[in-house]
Amino acid sequence: MNIFDILGPVMVGPSSSHTAGAVRIGFITRRLLGESPVKALITLSGSFAATGAGHGTDVALVAGLLGMKPDDMRVPESLSLAKEEGLEISFDFANLKEAHPNTAVLRVTGESGRELEVQASSLGGGRIMVNKLDGIEVNFTGESPTLIVHNMDQPGHVAEVTSMLSHKSVNIATMQLYRDHRGGYAVMVIEMDQNVPREALDWLSRLEGIIKVTYLDKEK
Amino acid sequence: MRNRDGEIIMAFEAIAEILEKCNREQISFPEVVIQEDMRDRAVSREETWIQMASMWEAMHAASQSYEAERKSNSGLVGGAGGRMEEYVKKGRVLCGERMGRVIARALQMGESNACMKRIVAAPTAGACGVLPAVLVPLYEDGEITEEQVIEALFVTAGIGQVIATRASIAGASGGCQAEIGSASAMAAGALVYVSGGSKEQVADAVAMSLKNLLGLVCDPVAGLVEVPCVKRNVIGAVNAMAAADMALAGITSAIPADQVIDAMKEVGDAMHVSLRETGEGGLAGSKAALEITRKLRMKA
Ligand code: SF4
Repeated sequence: MNIFDILGPVMVGPSSSHTAGAVRIGFITRRLLGESPVKALITLSGSFAATGAGHGTDVALVAGLLGMKPDDMRVPESLSLAKEEGLEISFDFANLKEAHPNTAVLRVTGESGRELEVQASSLGGGRIMVNKLDGIEVNFTGESPTLIVHNMDQPGHVAEVTSMLSHKSVNIATMQLYRDHRGGYAVMVIEMDQNVPREALDWLSRLEGIIKVTYLDKEK
Repeated sequence: MRNRDGEIIMAFEAIAEILEKCNREQISFPEVVIQEDMRDRAVSREETWIQMASMWEAMHAASQSYEAERKSNSGLVGGAGGRMEEYVKKGRVLCGERMGRVIARALQMGESNACMKRIVAAPTAGACGVLPAVLVPLYEDGEITEEQVIEALFVTAGIGQVIATRASIAGASGGCQAEIGSASAMAAGALVYVSGGSKEQVADAVAMSLKNLLGLVCDPVAGLVEVPCVKRNVIGAVNAMAAADMALAGITSAIPADQVIDAMKEVGDAMHVSLRETGEGGLAGSKAALEITRKLRMKA
């Protein structure tokens, strides 16, 4: 914990886990989608479902989807702002087993029709963790530059990605590999110390066997 | 913690280590924290100072933007800070005028937080009223400069970091002693620092304030950061003032700050889970609280 985890964040109340963390979950979902969402189905689980309304967890998640940060004073008005901006919202409750107590699942559709499902949890102090992307288990916070590559589960793709990164002098901090079944669909999640240049990402996304490239640059 | 050369590589595992570094390098308490942050996050002195200054700016702005008419979504809190302010203006406060204003400020920030206004978590949102409650009145009375306040915030951050490392600053793991207790310890240290006390007195104020709140449970009614949280900010602030005054008077703590923090961890670990932010035990389990919870559920 650095000193600004102790003093801070500057945030709209009342709860760093149920409000500030929820805004950040909405915001990271928007960044992962890479465009403005037009539709969102938000499922609240555990303590998010039990005390979410009193903590403004619902409005906080929507505020994040609209691109707000936890200190944005418009957070409490997010539901009416969503209406103005043409973002259609619905809520649901579920009891996700083996999920962190403060968990939300956001199923979003972007303006281009792109779809994404993000499951994330709020760890306390406003810090969050993305736990699932499109149903595949992952683990990242979005605090450092993060590259997420969906690819066919074939040999060689990991090497392609890592050699590209070393060629661009990008240092890998952590790397995780996931897949749904052998020879099927695989996901690489790479957290890095530096940003990845745009053209390198474009090159990567054109490679055969690479299904989707999602990139989060360092959050400002 | 030390590396093999005996150098301290992580300054904030103990208050004693911070003091030791002050002595060895002949630098002040906040300077130790500033240097450690520069090293830890690889930032310049200017960057860390500006970021801390922006925390103070946000804290001060938040304390000025209180709206007495506002109620929280649940309707449970709102207006107490305004009532206290009116009462202080009448001029007959049992605790004295200064303390009356500290109480009013603590209530106001706690209520602003519950009403979804912008605040600075210090160290948490629930305990956000303690630090500004003691610092803002001193600043507004012209007793301390902005620079002193910012230095004091570095002191609080160092204290908070030690508590977070040795114990916890989350009600869910350590009870309210970890939130309001930590905030109170941070505030007490800040008060001693801005009043010109020594770094040993800072440590004593930390120890005494935290000792006084040891065992405080986290029992939010209906699981909301409202009751008892808003008023607990008051005890955090008042206790910080008292502990700082004791330390400045030369009163010392028989148990050193680091060992008080360790005791807080032990107490937190022994606390039943119903008393750690689950909204089940303590006040949250009282008859009145259950009735409130039932009504809120019906509304939802
Ligand atoms: S009672 Fe619990 S939620 Fe309320 S301020 Fe204390 S620790 Fe925070």
